[in-house]
Amino acid sequence: MATLKEQFWDPIAGFGVTFRTMFKKTVTVQYPFEKRPTAPRFHGRHQLNRWPDGLEKCVGCELCAWACPADAIYVEGAQNTDLPDGSGRFSPGERYGRVYQINYLRCILCGLCIEACPTRALTMTNEYELADDNRTDLIYEKSDLLAPLLPGMEQPPHAMLLGDDEQDYYRGAYAAPAPGATAQVPVDGDPTTRKAETK
Amino acid sequence: MTTSPERTGAEVEHVTLTVDGVQVSVPKDTLVIRAAEQVGVQIPRFCDHPLLAPVGACRQCLVDVPDAGNGRGFPKPQASCTLQVAEGMVVNTQATSPVADKAQQGIMEFLLINHPLDCPVCDKGGECPLQNQAMSNGRGESRFSEGGGVKRTYPKPINISANVLLDRERCVLCARCTRFSEQIAGDPFIALIERGALQQVGIYEKEPFESYFSGNTIQICPVGALTSAEYRFRSRPFDLVSTPSIAEHDACGAAIRVDHRRGKVMRRLAGNDPEVNEEWITDKDRFGFAYAQLPDRLTYPQVRDESGELRPASWPEAFAVAARGLRAAGACAVLPGGRVTAEDAYAYAKFARVALGTNDVDFRARPLSAEEASFLAAEVVLRGPGDGGVTYADLEAASTVVLAGLEPEDEAGTIFLRLRKANRAHGTRVLALAPYSSRGLQKMGGRLLPTAPGDEPAVLDSLVGHSDFGLDASSVLLVGERLATVPGALSAAARLAHRTGARLAWVPRRAGDRGALEAGCLPTLLPGGRPVASPDARVDAATAWGVDRLPETPGRDTDQIVSALRSGELGGLVIGGVDPDDTSDPAATRAAIEAASFVVALELRETEVTRAADVVFPVAAAVEKAGMFVTWEGRPREFPAVLSVPHALPDLRVLAGIAEELGAPLGFRTVTEVRAQLTEMGPWDGERATLDEAAPAGAASGEGLRLATWKQMIDDGSLTDGEPYLRATARAPIARVSPATYATLPAGTAAVVVSGDRGELTLPVEVADDMVDGTVWVPARSAGAGVLAALAAPGSPVRLAATETPATPAGASDPAHHGGVQ
Repeated sequence: MATLKEQFWDPIAGFGVTFRTMFKKTVTVQYPFEKRPTAPRFHGRHQLNRWPDGLEKCVGCELCAWACPADAIYVEGAQNTDLPDGSGRFSPGERYGRVYQINYLRCILCGLCIEACPTRALTMTNEYELADDNRTDLIYEKSDLLAPLLPGMEQPPHAMLLGDDEQDYYRGAYAAPAPGATAQVPVDGDPTTRKAETK
Repeated sequence: MTTSPERTGAEVEHVTLTVDGVQVSVPKDTLVIRAAEQVGVQIPRFCDHPLLAPVGACRQCLVDVPDAGNGRGFPKPQASCTLQVAEGMVVNTQATSPVADKAQQGIMEFLLINHPLDCPVCDKGGECPLQNQAMSNGRGESRFSEGGGVKRTYPKPINISANVLLDRERCVLCARCTRFSEQIAGDPFIALIERGALQQVGIYEKEPFESYFSGNTIQICPVGALTSAEYRFRSRPFDLVSTPSIAEHDACGAAIRVDHRRGKVMRRLAGNDPEVNEEWITDKDRFGFAYAQLPDRLTYPQVRDESGELRPASWPEAFAVAARGLRAAGACAVLPGGRVTAEDAYAYAKFARVALGTNDVDFRARPLSAEEASFLAAEVVLRGPGDGGVTYADLEAASTVVLAGLEPEDEAGTIFLRLRKANRAHGTRVLALAPYSSRGLQKMGGRLLPTAPGDEPAVLDSLVGHSDFGLDASSVLLVGERLATVPGALSAAARLAHRTGARLAWVPRRAGDRGALEAGCLPTLLPGGRPVASPDARVDAATAWGVDRLPETPGRDTDQIVSALRSGELGGLVIGGVDPDDTSDPAATRAAIEAASFVVALELRETEVTRAADVVFPVAAAVEKAGMFVTWEGRPREFPAVLSVPHALPDLRVLAGIAEELGAPLGFRTVTEVRAQLTEMGPWDGERATLDEAAPAGAASGEGLRLATWKQMIDDGSLTDGEPYLRATARAPIARVSPATYATLPAGTAAVVVSGDRGELTLPVEVADDMVDGTVWVPARSAGAGVLAALAAPGSPVRLAATETPATPAGASDPAHHGGVQ
């Protein structure tokens, strides 16, 4: 024969969590209708950055592909050529990434590629809506990954506008950044701690 | 761990020393850096290379030597790559000695002072000894750049040849490239110039870095200073899947490594095979692979429909149409060409005998003679390493090597390097029967036996008991395939070898020639060297193949097949990779293909033969199939398929398909099955055929100069198609004449028109001082449609006339050689 406690108190105690939660702040997010900002350093979709004149930072070195534990990145390098009309130059220096693909079916957004990138060409945005109804569209091409052109940037290919050689770019030794692209100057003289220009 | 390296011969004196506290016995004169390898210590190095003379240029391999074997030590660290071992020597490497470790880190810091940190854009990144050794034996920090030092920079990169790019900033001055060029290839057109911090690799401005072996400098460069124009920024080492393979460009069987990425070959590197090519390959072997990736590759079978047009067809349909057509055409012949693997050649040979019932099969798609077929059957077939065949090692050990009808630098690069090595190491005497002493002969320290085309038999006969050039059993006689064009020359070579005891080897040009000979693609030979004329051999082969009988009459050779097709005696033709312009009479070959009532072509790419064929089968390129090439030595060189391309079928599969439709199955469909059949069949152990000696022809008839010619290594051949950088390094086509002949031309003649009975070629003229009078040399396939198609047969009379027009070399390259390095 059950005790009085078992008969009357225990069923109520079983709902204790439920009742307590009823008086707490709701955590449910009405996701597609209501979007909350992520943490600032959330690992979202990648972005291929540009120099303030619009040239690509990517040099096609494939270190990101090398670092990738999921084999999600495919890169082919190619040579920049200095033609009189500027066509043939996509990045400062000798080499640029002709093909750049990230397969988001494979990518685990771990960020090792970001750490591997020697030119800070590859960074991650906070965009997390990486779903689609077919596989092909989840392989992002270079055109999908490149950062948008900000005011003052020019769509490559074009000649180097900020300096005479790639060293000027890498050292941040260009005089006046293109208007509208202000976040490019090195901080406290140390080129390694330059701010990323992602917004 | 003590390892004593086993050397042949007990007389090798051993020396015992202590490396890092471990006693090790090594042969006398071993370098300390190699003795340390024996105890498992890798001393970092850049300039040291086992096949190059020690130089001690980079100083990276410093070790501490507290006892040099005489009880006294060296006061300072020593370069272990130039220090020879001594009895009782004590060596402490970076593994145990803080002194050596500090010295190595110091050197690495020096090397990195001016080395740019552009590894991300450098092609060597990921496989760079400097990168690796900076990690293992360098400091984390550079005091130079921290102290505000500015690196010395140079403009990037400059072409030192069309193939090779030089980035002077990255150079660590190890001198591997310059030593290779001087010691191995003999083309010392690059050298270290300037002094101190400005020292750099440079080229002579007036003489471009023109070498058939320049690609090796790229491979041995320990940093990214020398890179390949063709591989520039193509991929990274971790992308690449490497497969060991065998080069398909000549009969030398050089070991290569094929690197591919996503179904495309990205580059090829030299393999390491001490018995064959050591670590060197020719530029053609290294860079000539684009031909298999060109857009005009055939990808599906085609058959000619009622309207006379080629239309795509399915494989089974094409097999059926080919079989029906060949059956209807009556007597058929088979021309497999010289580029197929031994397995494919066997398939052609068996297809001809079993499916077509004929001996009309000949791999020689080039000038040939009946004497040559007899020579091959009597003297060449079945001779291999171990069976009395000459090997590379024999070339190195020989006292004298006679070259007849062979220009090794152009026609067999690996032989050239071996002979040059032999000549430099122990003065091997190289004698060449040639119209003039080529640069290759000079680099081998060779001696010219001036021989006009056609005079080879007489010169060979004169070598018997010659007072200066007498041959003996330690001599080697190398005869090239070109000797077939001289009546009596191969007989004279065999005679010379028999009389003097010298050893004889036949060096064809193409990779598949020797394998095709062994596989029976000759009208007089069945597979395994079985003579068609011998009933025993026929029965043996018929038993192995499970057929009642094999055709008894010896077949027609290529030239006879061509004339029989034209006269209508033969109706059908199965033709492999044959270019009519390579055959003895290109016009006749074209006419024969035209006259044939039914032509089945097996080809890689669209050619004039496939356009004329009734059924066209695409076949797999060498990278797409497993196979075997047989070197000129008779050494089998098997290689696996590099790329897996399901729709690329090897020739043997195509032939098996046709044979099945003909109702005479060949009993195989795959390379593995062919190999099993070949093993089961084995070589012929009966009597060899004997040589039918041919008499030398009389003095050349007709007025004019006699035409000497051979193919240069890099010419207009189809296997260098699609590779502009390689083509650009081809030697410019010129006509060479003797001073006396030149004197008959108007003074100051720069270009000449050479005309023969098939056409004329306009070429710049150059005087070769020791050229035999009355002879003109023209490269066989470097200008126009080639000598055979557009000039005359080799050895036949041609006329020379000065011309005003400056000759523009056909297929000429852009002047890829930039100016000198300043």
